[in-house]
Amino acid sequence: MGIYLPIAEMSVNVFVLLAMGAAVGFLSGMFGVGGGFLITPLLIFYNIPPAIAVATGANQVIAASFSGALAHMKRGTLDFKLGTVLLAGGIFGSTIGAFVFALLRAVGQLDLFISLLYVVLLGTVGGLMMVESVRAMQRTRSGAAPTMKKSGQHNWIHKLPLKMRFRTSKLFVSVIPVLGLGAGIGFLAAIMGVGGGFIMVPALIYLLKVPTNVVVGTSLFQIIFVAAYTTLIHSTANQTVDVVLAFVLMVGGVAGAQYGARAGQKLRGEQLRALLAALVLAVALRLAFDLFVRPASLYSLTALGGI
Amino acid sequence: MAFRHLAWICLAALLASGSALAQEANPESIEIGLSTDRVSITSDFAGADLTIFGALSNPDPLISRQGRYDVIVVLEGPARPVVVRRKDRILGMWINTRSETFLNVPISYSVATTRAFQDMTSPNNYRRLSLGASNIYMEPENKRAGPVTIQEFTDALRDRKQAIGLYNHRIGGVQFLSQNLFRATVELAPNVPVGTHKARAFLFRNGLFIKETSAQLAILKAGFEQSIFVASRDYGFLYGVFAVALAMLTGWLGRIIFRKD
Repeated sequence: MGIYLPIAEMSVNVFVLLAMGAAVGFLSGMFGVGGGFLITPLLIFYNIPPAIAVATGANQVIAASFSGALAHMKRGTLDFKLGTVLLAGGIFGSTIGAFVFALLRAVGQLDLFISLLYVVLLGTVGGLMMVESVRAMQRTRSGAAPTMKKSGQHNWIHKLPLKMRFRTSKLFVSVIPVLGLGAGIGFLAAIMGVGGGFIMVPALIYLLKVPTNVVVGTSLFQIIFVAAYTTLIHSTANQTVDVVLAFVLMVGGVAGAQYGARAGQKLRGEQLRALLAALVLAVALRLAFDLFVRPASLYSLTALGGI
Repeated sequence: MAFRHLAWICLAALLASGSALAQEANPESIEIGLSTDRVSITSDFAGADLTIFGALSNPDPLISRQGRYDVIVVLEGPARPVVVRRKDRILGMWINTRSETFLNVPISYSVATTRAFQDMTSPNNYRRLSLGASNIYMEPENKRAGPVTIQEFTDALRDRKQAIGLYNHRIGGVQFLSQNLFRATVELAPNVPVGTHKARAFLFRNGLFIKETSAQLAILKAGFEQSIFVASRDYGFLYGVFAVALAMLTGWLGRIIFRKD
């Protein structure tokens, strides 16, 4: 069944979009990632113009994250205080990111920069997570005591001043790295057109030592606002948000997110991390493939004075 | 399909004048009739066939019986500038390097013909009439670029347009219903551009170009789609707020309907 997209000005299959939204929503509920890093490349692959894919992807991410965050709030696995501090840094970072985005576009080769950033970031984050989680699984299997947080094991981050207590996360940590992390992710989010969950989740786990179950809900909470901010910027400046497209994706997404959140509960922390690592690595490989393998057609068309 | 129901009815007057005044002295002529000058795209639009009726005036009955009249109908979309980029391998990566901008390239170009191109008339005639996707003149912005480069990028532009279905042709898409009357079916791609399209019909007799006629057709978005489009352009910020609110509402509803805990 076809549906006509008023902003993208093309007709697409509604069931393909629903399936796409459901699959990404499932993963987003399971891993606490908004799914922006999946939905945007998928839409571009489905011939949606990149500018519309980025902006509409941000819009759809709000729905999936909101739905997922509600599920986590109910279970008490959402740290509002930590999320709010991260968000304060995030808004600052994404404002600077939007400025740098415009600068890069003026210089040219923005597409290449984004692709490289995706491959490097996803590859690094995915690789590190994979190594860590596989080790954790081997330790569990060999019968060693599960190495949860050992008391007294602190890294340099815990020596910084301005400490704040985050009760839900059982953390007592300086606000400086939290704000910095939020800002860094906000910056990348604005440039790459994603919510930043795939960086946020591992950063919270490994840098701040937040328990895995709290990480997912808190990350989703922060993503809602970063994605909303991105949607507003794009709709005001570029008019590239297609609500019809976003809505169809959302309907699939929110359904998937609820099932995903439940599936995530059944898995242990290291299994969840290994799966997310595999997913992130797969996307990195797919993008690297596009970058390094000869494309089917060397030529591409861009309409001027339009989208 | 909204399009399928649109009957394109030829004017009765054309028929009458055609048969009554068949004289040696009067040369043949061609007319196309559109029953409406605007077509709206509704939300269930998924590409369609557009039917255009037309008529010949003063056809020679002998040539007509031998099937030596050929008609080509073209539906040409609005023209826009286009950048064609070429990727090259640098440090192992495929990166956009060179590009050429072309002015006034028709976004879409659909052709219907009575027979295969090579059977109707000579390649020279097609070139002279700028007829067919391979003969549209693409004006390069950079006039000093070498002819080889321009040729390469022009070919790439046509090839890409054909690959995404915006440039298409249908051999046998024009059929004679009687000696005078013909019906042309042109293909509208799912991503057909909105705007003013120009329908043109060319008449050939024994491979000789006789006459050309044209009509305008506006393709528009229907009410709901148009309102969304206008809102996104005129009230960008409010539109964004609406999009965010809609997303949150959907997320909340989804939570209620699909809750699993």
